[in-house]
Amino acid sequence: MRNVYGWLLLTPAAILLIGFTHYPAVATLIDSFFSTGTVVRPSRFVGLANYALLADDPIFWQVLRNNLAFAAGTIPTSIALALLMAIWVNDKLPARALVRMSYFTPTILPMVAVANLWLFFYTPQIGLIDKVAAVFGMPSHNWLGDPSTVMACLAVMTVWKEAGFFMIFYLAALQSLSPELEEAAKIEGASRWYYFRRVTFPLLMPTTLFVLVNATINSFKLVDHLFILTKGGPDNASNLLLYYIYQVAFSFFETSYASTLTVVLLALLAAMAIVQFQLIEKRVHYR
Amino acid sequence: MSEIVLEKVTKRFGRMTAVDAVSFRAETGKFVVLLGPSGCGKSTLLRLIAGLEDVTEGRILIDGRDVTRLSPDKRRVSMVFQSYALFPHLSTQENIVFGLKVRRMPEGERLKRLAQVAEVVGLADLLDRKPQQLSGGQRQRVALARAIIAENNICLMDEPLSNLDAQLRHGMRVEIRALQQRLGMTVVYVTHDQVEAMSMADRVVLIREGRIEQEGSPEDLYARPATIFAARFIGTPGMNLLALADGPGGAVVRGSQDTLFPGRGGGLTLGVRPEHVWLANSGGVAATVTSSEYHGADTILTVRVGEETLFMRAPGQLAQAAGTQVRLAWKPGSLHLFDAATGMRAAEELQPGRLAVAAD
Repeated sequence: MRNVYGWLLLTPAAILLIGFTHYPAVATLIDSFFSTGTVVRPSRFVGLANYALLADDPIFWQVLRNNLAFAAGTIPTSIALALLMAIWVNDKLPARALVRMSYFTPTILPMVAVANLWLFFYTPQIGLIDKVAAVFGMPSHNWLGDPSTVMACLAVMTVWKEAGFFMIFYLAALQSLSPELEEAAKIEGASRWYYFRRVTFPLLMPTTLFVLVNATINSFKLVDHLFILTKGGPDNASNLLLYYIYQVAFSFFETSYASTLTVVLLALLAAMAIVQFQLIEKRVHYR
Repeated sequence: MSEIVLEKVTKRFGRMTAVDAVSFRAETGKFVVLLGPSGCGKSTLLRLIAGLEDVTEGRILIDGRDVTRLSPDKRRVSMVFQSYALFPHLSTQENIVFGLKVRRMPEGERLKRLAQVAEVVGLADLLDRKPQQLSGGQRQRVALARAIIAENNICLMDEPLSNLDAQLRHGMRVEIRALQQRLGMTVVYVTHDQVEAMSMADRVVLIREGRIEQEGSPEDLYARPATIFAARFIGTPGMNLLALADGPGGAVVRGSQDTLFPGRGGGLTLGVRPEHVWLANSGGVAATVTSSEYHGADTILTVRVGEETLFMRAPGQLAQAAGTQVRLAWKPGSLHLFDAATGMRAAEELQPGRLAVAAD
């Protein structure tokens, strides 16, 4: 009886969690084993047929390759850049608050606004990049229309948006390090690079792990910019997994197949998170 | 040789002068304590010697070499920090040899030195532990080991014992002093605790508001304080300071009738240590007990003489109810006179010297 209040207090949060997170997740998994129902042909159990379809779907494999390339292109770059910026703005420098703020600004902009901004940079002939290139006599280029450059363009923009956000975490971690550690190292004759390699970087490992997991999830989760910039084109050259799921579900109305893709995406993310935690946990020092 | 000489060293932070034209010499193999209340600039002074702060004016010489503008690692000094500054992700062993690795010492030599130093500070069994698995005293030893393994001959210590409990502090005091003497290191040691200064130092540099207040051996500071500040700072409790006045037969404590010594009293302050005051049966100076505080080995009595209050330390238990009338006497030659206006020790010819209040 005395636990009733506890359960009552938990109920609102539990209802929201179950209704909007756990039930949809389980329903998605179940849906992936059924065919898409129509008025004439109701939904029926098809076992792993949807998964077989997925294995034979060349667009799925292309989108998956795109997404892995996108992750590989954005994650290390944005983390390295974030660390570099954090170390820089952690130092004594003039107008430090202003520099920190300007690095953080891309983070507070909505992705759609960022995409619009960069659309203006990438637009052929009248865009900023082509205008500047024209000054040096370089020919105009359709950056987003060319399958060989479109992914790089999206990656650059994502790094620009993400790095400032990750910088904040690194900055907070750097400020929790005692300045006496650096002084002790200095007296021993350690160079800045040596100190960074042997002390700062290992002590930042927990932050790096956190940022890495977030960056990985984001690289699969953030697709807002595709709606503005490319819609996955040209010819799926810039299509990412989540955007493909959106297309399958709401443009082609293949809800079962979309569920299957979703399950695969979730499994992929979960597997990556587990690997990251286990690999890095061994080399992470938690205080 | 490992001698440190400071010549008129000044450090300003903006408009604030933290260290003001300080000159002193730490001779080879001596234990020099920079003593002072918090915020007096003693830690800044140590950081200037280490090279962690830039000197505004003046020169610092180590072994006759001008190191004023040299970076910390070129000064060949070791340092023990107040927080120990151990690298939390490295084992005891890695922490100790950190500096040797920086200097790319060959592994054989490194391990040999590690074994020696670990033996000296008593850490041989704890080399694989991380700092958070060590007690405060053990961390202190790791910090010490890291400082001595470089064999620099000069070691700077910034309040190294302030994070330890009282019992451990006493043990470490003895150990650090023994270590310093065994290795013949020149140590500059910063503390606000006068007990540490008195018990460890060859030479004490008392600092107040960025300037040297008095410099000398612990015995000098105790026996001949140069200022009222020095008199009050050394000793537990510090020296009693009583305002004097002119009386009919000579100097009296303000508000008291009993003559202390012939001559002028006005404008002077009398200093006498609590341990040099005792109760007399007759003669001496009349006083009233206001409280007594029992410490076990001794009792601190608080008494009023005229308008002034003083402490006296009596061995053992001395039960005296508040309000008891007593008479005080003091050890011959233990009275000090200071100029009340300047706070400086009065001229030697004014000192009461051997004159003591007669006691039976």
